[in-house]
Amino acid sequence: MTFASVSAVTVTLLLVGVFFVIMMNLNKMATTIEEDVEIRVHIDVAANEKDKDLLEEQISELGGIKSITYSSKEKELDNLIDSLGDKGDSFKLFEQDNPLNDVFIVKTKNPTDTIKAAEKIKKMNYVSSAKYGQGKVEKLFKVIKISRNVGMVLIVGLLFTAMFLISNTIKITIMARRREIEIMRLVGATNAFIRWPFFLEGLWLGILGSIVPIAAVSSAYYYLFDFIQAKLKDQEHFIQLIDFNPFVYQLSAVLLIMGAAIGIWGSLMSVRKFLKV
Amino acid sequence: MIEMQEVSKTYPNGVNALSGINIHIEQGEFVYVVGTSGAGKSTFIKMMYREVRPSEGTISVNGINLSKLRLNKVPLLRRNIGVVFQDFKLLQNLSVYENVAFAMEVIEEQPAVIKRRVMETLELVGLKHKARMLPTELSGGEQQRVSIARSIVNAPKVVIADEPTGNLDPETSWEIMNIFEEINLRGTTIVMATHNKEIVNTIKHRVIAIEGGKIVRDEAKGEYGYES
Ligand SMILES: Nc1ncnc2c1ncn2[C@@H]1O[C@H](COP(=O)(O)OP(=O)(O)OP(=O)(O)O)[C@@H](O)[C@H]1O
Ligand SMILES: [Mg+2]
Repeated sequence: MTFASVSAVTVTLLLVGVFFVIMMNLNKMATTIEEDVEIRVHIDVAANEKDKDLLEEQISELGGIKSITYSSKEKELDNLIDSLGDKGDSFKLFEQDNPLNDVFIVKTKNPTDTIKAAEKIKKMNYVSSAKYGQGKVEKLFKVIKISRNVGMVLIVGLLFTAMFLISNTIKITIMARRREIEIMRLVGATNAFIRWPFFLEGLWLGILGSIVPIAAVSSAYYYLFDFIQAKLKDQEHFIQLIDFNPFVYQLSAVLLIMGAAIGIWGSLMSVRKFLKV
Repeated sequence: MIEMQEVSKTYPNGVNALSGINIHIEQGEFVYVVGTSGAGKSTFIKMMYREVRPSEGTISVNGINLSKLRLNKVPLLRRNIGVVFQDFKLLQNLSVYENVAFAMEVIEEQPAVIKRRVMETLELVGLKHKARMLPTELSGGEQQRVSIARSIVNAPKVVIADEPTGNLDPETSWEIMNIFEEINLRGTTIVMATHNKEIVNTIKHRVIAIEGGKIVRDEAKGEYGYES
C-alpha cells in the first residue's frame, strides 16, 4: 500500500514537474517576446526639433507608456548596416544622403496596449507611420494567453487528482490500522497524538514520492537544455531557455514541498473520519 | 461515581436500545450487568465512556457531566476509565509489554514511570515472565490478562468490561474473575456485562438486569436469574 501511495505521488509530480518546466519556459519566452514588442514611430522629414518635442510630449501623454526613445536616422542607418554584417557595407553609400526617417521607439507598460497606442499615434501630426508588426503580435498575444491558462488548469487538475489518489490509497492502509486508532482512543489518546504518526507517514510518502520526479526532471532538463537551446538558436527570434541553475533547484524545492504537502494532506484526510466521536 | 438519570438511547436506524434508565453506582462497587442478547447491555456500558451518547437524559462519571463534556476533553475522561472487551483488542504486532505500555505512552507518561508501572501491572496479572511475547503466542486467558493489565495500568477509578470471559473456557474465566476481584479489592469500581451464570451466582455482587432496554432488576448480592 505504501508503494501505491508513493507511486501516486511519483506519477503526479513527474507530470507536474514536466508541465512546470514547459510552462515556466513558455512564460519566459512569452515575456521576452512581449518585452520586444515596440512601436516604431517614423517621424515625417518635414518635422523640425520643436515639432519632434511636441510629438514626444503628445505620445507620453497617451498614458500607459513605458518608454520613448529617440533614434536619429543616422543611428538607424548604423543599426541597419550592423545588422546586415558584411552585406551592410554596400549601404554605406547612403551615409551621404540618408533616406531613412528619425524614429521614436515607444514601449507601453502593458504590452497588450501596443495596438491601441499605435492606432492613436498614427493620427498625430508629423507621424508618417507607426509600425508594430501588425497581425503577428495580436496572434502571439492570444497564443501566450491561452497556453498560460491551459497550463494552470492542467497543473491544478493534476494536483487534485493526486490528492484524491493518495487519500484513497492511504485510506486502505488506515483500514488496517483501524484497531490501533480505536485502542488509542479507548485509552485516552488525544486526536493530535493519534494524527502525529499519520502526519509523519504522509510526509515520508510525499518526500519518497518526490525523489524520482526531482531526479528525472532535473537530469532531463540538464541533458535537453543544450539540445533545445541549439535548435532555438536557428529561429528568427533567438529565445533563451531558463538557465539550469538556479531554476532546477527551485523546481526541485517546489516538487519536494508539493510532495510533502499532498502526502500529509492525503494522510490526514483519510484518518479524519476515524477521529469523529 | 457513575450516575444515569432518565437515560434513553435510540440509534440512528430507529432501534430503541435503552429507555428510562436510572442508576447510581458508588466508588468501589462491583456491578454485574446481565440480560439476554440484544437487551442493551453493551449500549448501557458504552455510554459510560462516551462511546455512545444518550438520546435523552444525563450521565455523569467521576463527577464529569458527559452531556456537557467538550469533544476535546473526552480523552481526559477515558484516562480515568479502563475498558476490557470480549475480543481483547490487542495489537498483534506488539509484545505483551508494549501492548500495556501503549496505554501509558498515549498519555505521554515518562519512560521511567512507564517501565515501572507496566512491570508492576504485569506482575499483578501474572504475566511478568511473558512480557516479551507476542499476543499470538499466548492463550486466550493470557491475552485477556494482558488487556486487563492495559486497562488498569493508568490506575483508573473504574474498569468497564463487556463480557470479558465470553471467549474463555470456564477454568480460565475463574482466573480472570480472580484478577477483577483483586482490582476491586484495591478500591477500583468494576462494571461487568456478562452471560456467565455460574460466576454471577458464586462471586456475589450487585446485579443490574436489563430486558428490552429497561432495568428490570437491581439487587445487592443478586442472582443471575436466567437459564444460561
Ligand atoms: N451501532 C448500533 N446501531 C444500531 N443499532 C444498534 C447498534 N448497536 C446496538 N444496536 C441495537 O441495540 C440493541 C441493543 O444492543 P446491545 O449491543 O446493547 O445488546 P447486548 O445486550 O449487549 O447484546 P449481547 O448480549 O448480544 O452483546 C440491539 O437491538 C442492537 O441491534
Ligand atoms: Mg453486548
